[in-house]
Amino acid sequence: MTNDNKAPEANAGSEGIPAPEGPANLIDTDYVIGQDNITASPLGVNVDLHGKVFTISSLVILFFVIITLALQDQVEPIFDAIFGFLTGNLGWFFLLAANIFVILAVVLIFTPMGKVRLGGAHATPDFSYAGWFAMLFAAGMGIGLMFYGVSEPLTHFGTAMGGTTAEDGMRTDWSPLGAAAGNQEEAISLGMAATIFHWGLHPWGIYAVVALALALFSFNKGLPLTMRSIFYPILGERVWGWAGHVIDILAVFATLFGLATSLGIGASQASAGLGYLFGIPDNDVTMVLLIMGITAVALMSILAGVDKGVQRLSQVNMVLAFLLLAFVIAVGPTLMIATGFFENLASYLVHLPALSMPFGREDANFSQGWTAFYWAWWISWSPFVGMFIARVSRGRTVREFLIAVLLVPSLVSVLWMTAFGGTAIDQVITDGFEGVKEAALELQLFVMLGQLPLTQITSFVGIVLVMVFFITSSDSGSLVIDSITAGGKVDAPKPQRVFWAIIEGAIAIALLLGGGLTALQTAVITTGLPFTLVLLAACYAIIKGLMSEPRSG
Amino acid sequence: MFKKIMVPVDLAHLDVIEPSLQVVADQARHYGAEVCYVGVTATTPGSVARTPEEYQQKLEAFAEERAKVHGQRVSARAITSPDPIADLDDVLIKAIDEVGADLVIMPTHPPKHLDVVIPAHGGKVACHTSASVFLVRPQQD
Repeated sequence: MTNDNKAPEANAGSEGIPAPEGPANLIDTDYVIGQDNITASPLGVNVDLHGKVFTISSLVILFFVIITLALQDQVEPIFDAIFGFLTGNLGWFFLLAANIFVILAVVLIFTPMGKVRLGGAHATPDFSYAGWFAMLFAAGMGIGLMFYGVSEPLTHFGTAMGGTTAEDGMRTDWSPLGAAAGNQEEAISLGMAATIFHWGLHPWGIYAVVALALALFSFNKGLPLTMRSIFYPILGERVWGWAGHVIDILAVFATLFGLATSLGIGASQASAGLGYLFGIPDNDVTMVLLIMGITAVALMSILAGVDKGVQRLSQVNMVLAFLLLAFVIAVGPTLMIATGFFENLASYLVHLPALSMPFGREDANFSQGWTAFYWAWWISWSPFVGMFIARVSRGRTVREFLIAVLLVPSLVSVLWMTAFGGTAIDQVITDGFEGVKEAALELQLFVMLGQLPLTQITSFVGIVLVMVFFITSSDSGSLVIDSITAGGKVDAPKPQRVFWAIIEGAIAIALLLGGGLTALQTAVITTGLPFTLVLLAACYAIIKGLMSEPRSG
Repeated sequence: MFKKIMVPVDLAHLDVIEPSLQVVADQARHYGAEVCYVGVTATTPGSVARTPEEYQQKLEAFAEERAKVHGQRVSARAITSPDPIADLDDVLIKAIDEVGADLVIMPTHPPKHLDVVIPAHGGKVACHTSASVFLVRPQQD
């Protein structure tokens, strides 16, 4: 394959150099990365941006912020209605699609295609296992585990214990599957299985599909690292036109608003935690200061780069999270957690077919209100997490990649949920302590820790973890948005990254003060639908792409 | 006085480094020094090359081209980084020792306020190496 179609400006003195032999199997395209970019130096600051993607996504973002702030009462019902329709009427579609992603990811581990190395047969990993894994986890769901690790197992346990209730032949309870009325043991088992279902193979399968497709088409096929490249096998050269622009703009939209809204909501949660722990007033001033603080640290991390910024922070967080986990296991019901890990894992696998069944579900409240909601949520996050995972995964084989992105995090989720949720459930059952259940969602972790020794220290570690997870998200998110709006360039000038991080913080503050955070978050989750289609395309692209790759031994 | 000159180049922005390449040619001839052209590239596909191997080839071709201009011995070294924009300074400082250069010639921009937040690469490199560093400012009109 020849490779003589380079950018005119990049050609100086290097006309007609062929593509490297052997390991890489590049796609022959006339597109040159950065060809649609605009470069300028306004006020002495260099910029290098994809003109259309940057301009339109900025305008769309501005538009949504303004209408959400100005017409809050009008837009919220609209977003809610769209989202209700999606999970209610298309819940089966999300469930079915997510199953496809998981099956593809699991199957690929065992096929010979698992031997393909990302970046070509001779590529070497950019990051150590420790750094790589820490980043996967921090980007993927660190923050979620902090908040839902206690509350979700407890909720499902509670509803399962409550049994089923029906009205006019429709289930009105929120319990998973057929519930387990009054049967404590079975209710724990079902509750844990349902929780692990939402935090296990499926979310990571979603991330794995996006990340693998992007990594493959970027590192092995030579296409730019942006969402549109996934569509190359389907749309061909048309991905460089408007079809591709729309996909990229949508990805920027989902990533930026996903980050801004969760930054706002996270700040209100961290502020509640600080209020609970230190009596710091839980008000707008605290939250705005928190967002500004988080953004400032994220900026420093952005300037330090992936290696010295995100990677180090992620590793710090891994250590802290591990210490907190080990602490809860050690001082909590140790034996119950140890045996519970295997019991819950078994229970998860037993209930997996029923829980993931897209059709004929009787537990509509659970399968639509919980599962479909989660799937839409994970999928709307997948461009961001997937692109970031892809970027740090060069040099790994497909098999290694899938084991690290799919299986290992799923097992960690099982352990985490067992430790935190199991301890909270144990407090209810053994000690009759109802405090966690009655606490507000954002305080449940701290109330649970309050029943264990060294509360002040562990709760403080909890708050720090929450904040650092937000910093790493804000940081890696800005890198992702910057590279999409720069047409796939990861070496665009630094001020652009800074710009996106500041915009993120500014939108979070504006929405926090002006209202509309939850409305906009609903709007973000509705992007789950178009991205489900993108992901299905990614499945096709992965198979097609892997088939044409040389396999490393 | 100098035996090996290291010249960081950005193949995507050759126009920017043009004046300093002239300085490199003059110095190399004056000292009879070998010139090592160093390029730092992302591991992801970029505007210059789609793989690190391709980048290395382009850099070698560029070095050969320059050899024709100044007639001194040349070498080319492409270094990959997952985040070249952020890691550039560190990568270059490390490369100085690795290639065994005793003089670094690179372009830089005139001082500006933004340097407080994002320091100029040239200045940063000069602060952290024992090799001599020649920073070439853009020519004033």
